[in-house]
Amino acid sequence: MSLVARHLEANGISTVVFGAARDIVEHVGVPRFVHSDFPLGSPCGEPHNAAQQREVLEIGFKLLERAFVPRTTVQTPFRWSKGEVWKDLVFTPEQPYQSPEAEREWLERKEHYRKLRAEGNV
Amino acid sequence: MATYVRYIDRIREYYLSKYNNPYRWAHFEDVPFTPLKKPLAESRVVLVTTSQTTARNVERKESDGMQNAGGMYSLAADTPLDLLYSPADNYDTAATTLDDVNAFYPTSRLHEAVASGRIGSLTERFHGVYNAYSQRRTRERDIPAVLERCREDGADVAVLTPV
Repeated sequence: MSLVARHLEANGISTVVFGAARDIVEHVGVPRFVHSDFPLGSPCGEPHNAAQQREVLEIGFKLLERAFVPRTTVQTPFRWSKGEVWKDLVFTPEQPYQSPEAEREWLERKEHYRKLRAEGNV
Repeated sequence: MATYVRYIDRIREYYLSKYNNPYRWAHFEDVPFTPLKKPLAESRVVLVTTSQTTARNVERKESDGMQNAGGMYSLAADTPLDLLYSPADNYDTAATTLDDVNAFYPTSRLHEAVASGRIGSLTERFHGVYNAYSQRRTRERDIPAVLERCREDGADVAVLTPV
């Protein structure tokens, strides 16, 4: 996502990235970033909270209007409504990120990709 | 309040015990910058996503399931909300859901912003980019295709969302 933002911006299109993985987006480096301190999956506001989603988008619009240098990050003022326990659990052994089935599928896709690449098909 | 999660460290530790092959995130010193060329109320906005959002009335090719091989696609910007969904599984499934597309693909919110005059218009097409293991493939093939379509549609501004 960050790579897309950089390329569009370098070619004359102003961009704003909405996201949760702040360290990753800032590590890559993007022009404008709206950070919501939410779990991965809800970068534009909580599900079924249209009012909050409108506010998040509006923060992005204001950032487009006001940012005057790249790497400008703004953090939305919202907190995840169900508390912050998710922060302690995500990507930890206590709470596997993927089910064993999903991880197996992921590994199979990876292997399939390696094969396609070896055959020169990707 | 706990500060935000450091995913780069967390993910490295999480997978290190299993695969011993840490992912290297792209990193750049320089970041491009294009100021708005005209007021948002006169700008045309495109939505670009890596959330794998697609429409139930669009036939999925076998290659669409190969997210890790990359690729890009387009959706009509006026696709009805009830046809949109994401089959993605690369999000925090324990903490949230993808039931509400607007939480990661804010199409209704963008249409509202046009209706209220906050932004000028939307492009006819929105775009999706599949994450790829190969950053080179993303950079050399998928992203230039996105740029070309954005230009064809006269986009001034891009809103970008992951899942």
